[in-house]
Parts: sequence; structure tokens; C-alpha cells
Amino acid sequence: MMEKPKVPLWRNPTVRARFYQFAMLAGLIALAINVYQNTLENLAKRGIGSGFGFLANEAGFRIGEISTLPVFKGGFLWFLAALFFGLVASKALANWLKQKHEKIGDKDRWILAIIALTVVIPLLVLYLGRDTVETVQYTESSSYTMALMTGFANTIKVTIIGCILSTFLGLFVALGRLSPNWLISKLCKWYVEVNRNLPVLMQLFFWYFIVIQQLPNVRQSVNIGDWLFLNKRGLYLPSFIPQESALAFCIAVAVALFSLVFIWRRSKRVLETTGEPGKVLIPSLAVLIGLPGLVWLVGGTPFALEMPVLKGFNFRGGTGLTPEFTALVIGLTVYVSAFNAEIIRSGIQSVSKGQREAARALGLKERHVMRLVILPQAMRVIMPPMTSEYLAIAKSSSLAVGVGYPELVSIGGTILNQSGQSVEIVGIWMAVYLSISLLISAGMNWYNARIKLVER
Amino acid sequence: MNMRRIGTLLATLPLMVAAASAGAGTLDNVQKAGYLKCGTHLENPGFSALNSKGQREGFDVDFCRAVSAAANVDTKYTSLTSKERLPALQSGEIDLLSRTTTWTMSRDTKLGLDYTVVTLYDGQGMMVRKDLGVKSALELDGATVCLATGSTTELNIADYFRKNNMTFTPVVFDKQPDVRKAYDAGRCDVHTTDVSGLAAQRSLMKNPQEHIILPELISKEPLGPLVRQGDDQWGNIVRWTIYLTQAAEEKGITAANVEQIAKTSKDPEVKRMLGQTGTLWQDLGLDKDAPVRIIKTVGNYGEIFDRNLGPDTPLRLSRGYNAQWTDGGLIYARPFR
Repeated sequence: MMEKPKVPLWRNPTVRARFYQFAMLAGLIALAINVYQNTLENLAKRGIGSGFGFLANEAGFRIGEISTLPVFKGGFLWFLAALFFGLVASKALANWLKQKHEKIGDKDRWILAIIALTVVIPLLVLYLGRDTVETVQYTESSSYTMALMTGFANTIKVTIIGCILSTFLGLFVALGRLSPNWLISKLCKWYVEVNRNLPVLMQLFFWYFIVIQQLPNVRQSVNIGDWLFLNKRGLYLPSFIPQESALAFCIAVAVALFSLVFIWRRSKRVLETTGEPGKVLIPSLAVLIGLPGLVWLVGGTPFALEMPVLKGFNFRGGTGLTPEFTALVIGLTVYVSAFNAEIIRSGIQSVSKGQREAARALGLKERHVMRLVILPQAMRVIMPPMTSEYLAIAKSSSLAVGVGYPELVSIGGTILNQSGQSVEIVGIWMAVYLSISLLISAGMNWYNARIKLVER
Repeated sequence: MNMRRIGTLLATLPLMVAAASAGAGTLDNVQKAGYLKCGTHLENPGFSALNSKGQREGFDVDFCRAVSAAANVDTKYTSLTSKERLPALQSGEIDLLSRTTTWTMSRDTKLGLDYTVVTLYDGQGMMVRKDLGVKSALELDGATVCLATGSTTELNIADYFRKNNMTFTPVVFDKQPDVRKAYDAGRCDVHTTDVSGLAAQRSLMKNPQEHIILPELISKEPLGPLVRQGDDQWGNIVRWTIYLTQAAEEKGITAANVEQIAKTSKDPEVKRMLGQTGTLWQDLGLDKDAPVRIIKTVGNYGEIFDRNLGPDTPLRLSRGYNAQWTDGGLIYARPFR
């Protein structure tokens, strides 16, 4: 054995690197503590109250759009636990199958097991504990915390819907730009250029103050068979009031939807063994209509309709979309879809021409070429920049206050002004947006890791 | 995040870094800089708006100018939304906040700020279209209400509807001009803010005569300028500058005759008030010409009111509670002695 030459501790590169990193970290922590103490000292010196105690105070103001929020206790907590357990168990199942060199999609029984674990059992838990599930709705006498939660729910609603819509819209525009049809391709090009070069706040104002305000007044609403009303105050639709058999009906619909998976799989199996595809349309329709229909016949009408009726100043009853929400979703979707379209186009064009030619040579239909060959490879290029766009939607939703949509920043602003606790509210804003962004990033990174090229 | 939100953020930043000195010495700082940093509305006709010559003018602006005249410096205006105004004053971005800010207990006690004098006794009101046929606010059950965020407005309207067992749907905006646009376009049945503000916004509508302000006042809104807590000298300067304009009206002193009255008046209180005898103004840290300078710059309280809000302006407000106490109003200057 050769004797290693002795290196003094301060020359050892590992030790030095550790030391520098530690010094850097210590410096950062010291800075953070300093800023924190300075803040407290300055606040105290100016006689400004601090702390988060005010969050328990009564809010007292009214919010235009309120979602029903579940309370984190009792049955709802059990439901979450069951769902978490189901997800962990499915992951374990997948790992176990991987060791046996199988996949979940290989056998119907694995798919059934996954559905049971992640859907059926949690729903069953929810059903059994339904008496202990509590929901709350914000009222003027709720606390500031509750008001912030309501704003947060509104932010999340816009973010999720915006992400989904902008992805699909972006995909269509990208495909349009790549289309050999001159008109479609040029139209899509202009769509992208116009939308991505105008500031998003301006676009929101355009949709809200110019487009939506062109709709008729309340008393001159567009009326479609007393079912649907459209005016400046929004779109009004009948709402469903759940009756006795509503739960059974919903379960029937869910079962019917899941059975479609098996019908398709059977069809594929038949295709592989006989060369003729198994029947899909008729069994699917039979299940989709038959099962819920049967429940309807046995249990009676699952839902009652509540019609929107003009009463006094506004329509009452029913459900609908407010102009603020609509303007925000349309504005953000259109703006971000322009960027998404370019990202998706770049991804598609990054797949080498040979892949497409090879797929065509195999006799695949044009849409199969896209779905089975091009898009899966393009995904690797598309995913990382797409993450930034999703983050942009979450963050730009804070512009909603410009068009009167009560999301987190708007409601936080009201609380800030009423309580005067600006440092605390700004802190909450930052923490919430940081959490949303990190969550989206984490999810997208996980997906990106799954689809990236496996190198050997 | 848009610029305004960043503004709010920036306003709180000084609180987090640099252990800046607390309030004391505002007068010294202002005189050293040569200008007073005054926070006002961006655009609220009658209170703070740009005129055709590009100069800022209005009721709130005149009190900024009065205090600047007292310190014998120029004025620099900072436009603030209602959300930004309090942090801006707390952080020292401005020296004086004169922006229709309601005097409430929590603002006075918890925020490190001090109110000085009520310059306008206002109340929250509601404006509707004439063709709705509504005569009273009690008929507004189920209405949609447009309002601006970040003020006592949101609480007052919620309290009023709750108290009377009525419901409403709020549509909340960041800025008053957006509220006006949405209301004017028919998004809402009701526009609510302080009556003076409603009058100002009405003057900017497409057809001002189509809208009426309902008779109910649903709140007390004593409006006035604020200063940072902890600099009593500065607070006193602002307080007594405003009292001077109010007392001047009582004594019939105007911008036009103040110099002559200062020379010729036999009234001992007028002589003390205008710095001709005694050391009232020197004790405040100002020079003895300060009072004459103030009145020459902005005139007395009545002149300020009539010029910006009175019957001959687009706002067409009458004095109401803001008449002198001798005329049955609430304007009651403290004695100068």
C-alpha cells in the first residue's frame, strides 16, 4: 500500500470547498436575521403593530365570488389520508411490477387494482364519513384567514383552468402554423405575433372593458329558451341541485367512464389477435347511457334544475360565469397560448425529418404520425420552457385586480388597507406565490424526468 | 405583478433594510431638500388632478401647498393608490399624506401615523342611474355594487347591507377610474364611495345628468391629512397651518387682502395669528412671515372649498357640515393665543 502524501488541512480542496460553502451559508443566515431584526426594530420604533394575530379578526367586507371550502378535519381528512395511501400503494405496486419486468398496462387486473386504490377506496371513505365532512363558505363575519383562503381558491381556479386551456389552444395554433395550408399557417402566425407582443394587462383591459361590456344590459339579456341568459353581468345557466339518488348516479357515471378503458383495451386485443378491431362505439354508448339511465329509472331524477330568474336588479339562482372571471381566463389563456404555440412548434420541428418520413413509410395515418411518433419526442424539448409559461399564468393571475376579480392579491390588498399590516400581507403574498410556483415546478420536473431520453 | 403592486412592495422595503432614523426632524429635512414630498390622488377631480396647464390642483393639493408655504419650500407630488398611501407615509417616501383619508381609530393608533385636522366632513354615499327609479338605498337589495379596494368603503357598504338584511354582489377594482368605467358601462347598479368622490366621478361620466346620488349617508368619513407619529413639531405645523386657513375665513381674511390686513388690523388675535405680534409661529420653528405666505398661496378655507368643490365647480357640492361653526357647520378653528 502506497502512503498518501500528507496534505495540510487548509490545502485540502474538499475541506476548503466545504469551508467556503459554510461561510457563505453563515453569511446568508446572518443577513436574513439582520433584515428580520431590523424590520421588527423599525416597526417598533415607528409604533407599527406587527405579528399575524390580526388574521383571526373578523373581515367584515364582502367578496364577489365565493367558493365552498372543505374544513381540514373529520371525514375530509380521512379522505385525504385514503387518497395518499392509495397513491403510495400504487407507486409501490408499480415498483414491484418493474422488478418483475412488467408494466401496469399489461394486465387488466393491475389497472383495476390501481383504480380501486386511488379512486374507489378514497371515495368509499368519503361516503362513509360524509356526515363528518364540513364545508365553510366565506361570509362577512368570517376571519381574515378565511378571506385569504377564498382569494387563494379563486387564484388556483384561474391558474388551473388557464394552464389547461392555454396548452390545448397553444397546441392547435402550433399545428396550424406548421400546416401546409397557406391561409391557416399565416393566420396562426399572426395570432402568435399579435398576442405575444401586447402587454398582458392591456389584453385583460381589452377583454373586460371593450369586448365584454358590448353585451346587452340586464333587462335586454340574450335569452335562449329561459335556460341561458347572457348580459353585461355574465352568463347565467341553470344549476343542478342534488337529490336523493345523486350520489348513486354519479357513481354510475364514473363506473361507466372507467369501463370505457376496458372496452378500448379489449378492442385492441381483438385487433392484435384477429386483425379486425373489436367493437368500441356500440358497447361504449350502451354502457354510458345504460348504466346511468338505469340508476335514473330506479332511483328517480338525480338532480333538480334551478333556473336563473330576473328578480330585482339581477338574475338570482342558477350558476354562471362572471365577466371578471371570463375576462381573466380568456386574457391569460390567449396571451400564454401564443408563447405555448411557439414552444410546441419548436419542439415539433426539433424532431428530425427522418422520423416523420419513417413513420409515413410505415403507413401510419397523418394524425398517428403526430400522436405516436412526433409528439412523444417533441415533449422533451417542449416541457422545460412550458414550465415557465405555467408559472407565468399563476403569477399573472395577480393582475386580476385590474378587472375586479377577487383573487389573492385583490383580497390581500383589502385586508392590507383595513388592518395596515403591510409587511405581513406582503409576506403572505410572497410565500403563497412561491409555494404555487415551486409546486408547479416540482410537478413539471417530475414529468420531465419521466419523459426524457433514457440514455444507456 | 404590475407597477403599482411593486410600488407597495418598494414602499415596505425601507422598513426591512437600513435602520433608518425614526420621524424626528421632518421640517429640517424638508427645508434642506427644498421641497415637501406630498402624497395625493393620481386623478380625482376637485381633490387632486392635473389642470389644462399640466399643474396639479385640487382641495387636497391646496393643503399640500399651504404646508409647503409654511416651510417656505416647493411641493413635489407623489400619486398614490389607497392601498399604497399608508405604507408610503410610514416608510418616509412622503412627508405629508393629503389624500381623502378617513380618520379611524385603528389607523390612528396602530400604524405609527397621526391625523392632524379634519379638512372635510364627508360620508359614504351611493350613486345609481336615474332610470332605475330607485329613491332610497333601502331599495337596493340584490344590487351589484362597483367600488375601489383598499378603503373603509368596503366595510361600510357590507355593514349597511348586513344591518338592513339585504344582499349585494361587490365588484372590486384597484383604481377609481376603473370603477367609473365599469359602472358607466352598466356592469354595476351602484357606485359607492365618499359623496365628494361620487360627485367628482360623476363629473367625468359620459352623461353626468343621468346619475343621482341617493340621500342616505351610510358612514361618517372625516377626511384629513396625516403625518408620521413621533415628530410632534411637524404634526403641529400641519395642524396649525390648516387651523390658520379656517380661522382666516372666520376673520374675513382672504388671499387678496391678507397683506393689507396684516399691516392695518387692530384685532389682537388677527395680529397674533398673522405673526405681527407674539412668537406663535417662531415657537413652531417657522418664521413670522409664514402665516401671510400661507394665506397668499392658498387663500382661506372657504376660498379653497369654493375653488375646488363648490357650487361653481363641476362637483357642485354645498358646504353642508363643512360650513363655519358660526353658520351651523363643524369647521371650528382652535384659538390663536
